[in-house]
Amino acid sequence: MRPDVLVIGGGLHGCSTALHLARRGVKVTVLEKDHVARHASGVNAGGVRRLGRHLAEIPLSVASMELWHGIEALVDDDCGFECHGQVKLAESEAEYELLRRRVAEVAALGFGHEELVGRAELRAILPAVSEHCVGGIVARTDGAANPYRTTMAFKRKAEKLGAVIVEGCRVVSLARDGAAWRVGTDRGERFAAPVVVNCAGAWADRIAGMLGEPVPLEVWALMLMISARLPPFIKPVVGAQGRPLSFKQFTNGTVLIGGGYKGKAERDSNQTELDFNGLAESARTVWELFPAMRGADIVRAWAGIEARMPDDIPVIGPSSTAEGVFHAFGFCGHGFQLGPIVGAVIAELVTTGATNLPIQPFRIERFKRAQS
Amino acid sequence: MSAAPPLKDAYELVVIGAGPAGLAAAALAATLGIDTVLFDEQPGPGGQIYRAISETPLRERRVLGEDYWHGSALVEPFRTSGAQYVPGASVWSVSRAREIGVSVGGAARLLQARHVILATGALERPCPIPGWTLPGVMTVGAAQILLKSSALAASGEVVLAGSGPLLWLLAAQYVRAGVAISAFLDTTPRGNLQAALPHLPAFLASAYFRKGLRLVREVKRRVRIVRNVAALAARGEGRLEAIVYRAADGVERQLAAEILLLHQGVVPNVNLANAIGCAHVWDERQLAFKPAVDEWGMSSIDGVAIAGDGAGISGAEAAEHRGRLAALDAAERLGRIDRVRRDRDAAPHRTSLRRAERGRAFLDALYRPAKAFRIPHDDVVVCRCEEVTARQVRESVELGCTGPNQMKAFLRCGMGPCQGRLCGLTVTELIAEARGVAPGEVGYYRLRPPIKPITLEELAGLPKTAAAVAAVER
Repeated sequence: MRPDVLVIGGGLHGCSTALHLARRGVKVTVLEKDHVARHASGVNAGGVRRLGRHLAEIPLSVASMELWHGIEALVDDDCGFECHGQVKLAESEAEYELLRRRVAEVAALGFGHEELVGRAELRAILPAVSEHCVGGIVARTDGAANPYRTTMAFKRKAEKLGAVIVEGCRVVSLARDGAAWRVGTDRGERFAAPVVVNCAGAWADRIAGMLGEPVPLEVWALMLMISARLPPFIKPVVGAQGRPLSFKQFTNGTVLIGGGYKGKAERDSNQTELDFNGLAESARTVWELFPAMRGADIVRAWAGIEARMPDDIPVIGPSSTAEGVFHAFGFCGHGFQLGPIVGAVIAELVTTGATNLPIQPFRIERFKRAQS
Repeated sequence: MSAAPPLKDAYELVVIGAGPAGLAAAALAATLGIDTVLFDEQPGPGGQIYRAISETPLRERRVLGEDYWHGSALVEPFRTSGAQYVPGASVWSVSRAREIGVSVGGAARLLQARHVILATGALERPCPIPGWTLPGVMTVGAAQILLKSSALAASGEVVLAGSGPLLWLLAAQYVRAGVAISAFLDTTPRGNLQAALPHLPAFLASAYFRKGLRLVREVKRRVRIVRNVAALAARGEGRLEAIVYRAADGVERQLAAEILLLHQGVVPNVNLANAIGCAHVWDERQLAFKPAVDEWGMSSIDGVAIAGDGAGISGAEAAEHRGRLAALDAAERLGRIDRVRRDRDAAPHRTSLRRAERGRAFLDALYRPAKAFRIPHDDVVVCRCEEVTARQVRESVELGCTGPNQMKAFLRCGMGPCQGRLCGLTVTELIAEARGVAPGEVGYYRLRPPIKPITLEELAGLPKTAAAVAAVER
């Protein structure tokens, strides 16, 4: 059976695209070079966050959050989604002033999910936070979910609705043949469809390259580490204004620490190498912000392979060079929460040619201009 | 061996583990003029087999046996070799570029090695039986640690159960120490002897035969042995009270017990090699994963060699020789000797290694653990850290998990502080059986450093270097 759409990449965005296409009755096949959720989608910090988004991303993020609050109806699994809020800390009056301006800026765009809180309210939300913190922003209905479980839930629901997911199948060629795209794979099998969606994450520039559409994608491996179980002491996910941090305690007591320090990624071998100097910086941040964590055992650290664009926002939308091709990649560090809506947007673009959500800032042409 | 000089930022050779392979490798390398440091997690050299060889309070030589005291013969040359010895050193990371993360006395640091020899030895195969998490149930290995380092033996109604040479050795050591053993439940499957017979001639010509026979006779004279035990469960409210077992006649029997010591053989401790990213292969004969190494112990990662049981079980004596071969290869790679000399110097060690490995195939076949003790029933807890049962693992396969790494994301199985040491092989074999494929195809956990827990405080205290500060700027 020949599909209507081929999706390249079985991460969250690929599986979400497949699910939303299948919901619209489109025949879709996903080609995944490893296994579903093998990379960034399966091993990220799981933050479901509108807080602190790039202004251009806020409308998408807010729309995605509505899907998150009905995630079980969408994918038949609660995805481990918990909604205990997200907080961004200010450690000085100067930082607090930056946060105050940020909240005003977001409010001026008509969004009310970011709320400025002072010292007392911050302490009420985060009793364990260090005394020196002066306030923060809170997004009370943000939260976190289990990334692997979420991606697998999207996969399973997509399959239930008729999508075909082929794992262990790497795309090696892409060529237009009349009205169809012909896709060659490393296992010899060939696929064809009138529409192709590039959700190939840290490998997406190679797919774009096959279309004569080079993009300045950087391969990043953001590091995370996790502690042994501790008594529950914190519910929201915590970030900071002044330094990289993502801090969250799971219901089982383990604490996940991340936030932006990079390891090394080798995308040809699927390997990552940790940089313990970066993890030490992370540890120092936590040591200062959460004194209760000082004696905690760190039991594991890792990094996923992700795609980062130079302007820190993703590529979403039609190809500028190839008819019937759409892109959705470059989400490094902030793609998990967007997964549900990005699949919906792509499905809308594929089937109707348009979307009501403002995706202009994410078009791939922005790099062409920059390069010429 | 120098007394506690400060650690340097870089060494030519870092050896990890001070069992026979590590001691022999470090001693020979240092003798060849290589700048060598040996990191030992224990307070004194000897590894598991010669644990506490320099300081054991158990001075009565016959209790632990002459093979144990051979450890002294390894320690002396090491002490005078010039290698730096760092006891109480927990190596929690080795990168592919051979950056070593180590904690000593609560302080963590990073240092660089040009060459690394992992001599991380063996650990006991998991023994997942019903009730194995009850207080009072321990492994034979844990009992041996207490005996060697603290001269402590279990007391009360002690039962030994399982299969393998170490079980017989501990039984003999207990008998000599005057410890009463209520029963020895031998789970060695009946058909194993048949399968081992083709390897008998080599075994008869080996030292294992002579020593083993003496050991078994010594134990049999003093301990009640129950053969062909096919099922085993520990029972009790809050702690071990009884053992229920089924022998060849199919009748279920119960034994009162306060202490149950379990053992199903030893397997390579591959955690560090795995976390570095060394390629591993499934060894069907030993039912375990082992790193893929060449005849010198070189792994698939440049500059990382593995010596001793960590590269496949072949015993303490073989480990020594494998350590020396790895040291000679290191010396050649570090430019200290040429290939001709390496090969010439290696010849006697290769001869000794062949002799030491004689009889191993027979032991592997004879003591191959029964499936019932490797692949447990649904209700048995497999992952102790996260309390995951065999049923949950099987269900995750039905949900589409094809290997341990997908499963752990579902169940957190293997993600606790033990980093899979107590569940890894069980999970691989459970998934393999459920999928009807070979364990090698299922694979093992991809382990992540730190492979030994370090505290947040230790990590935060890593010395800052200028390069480190530059490296973390986004």
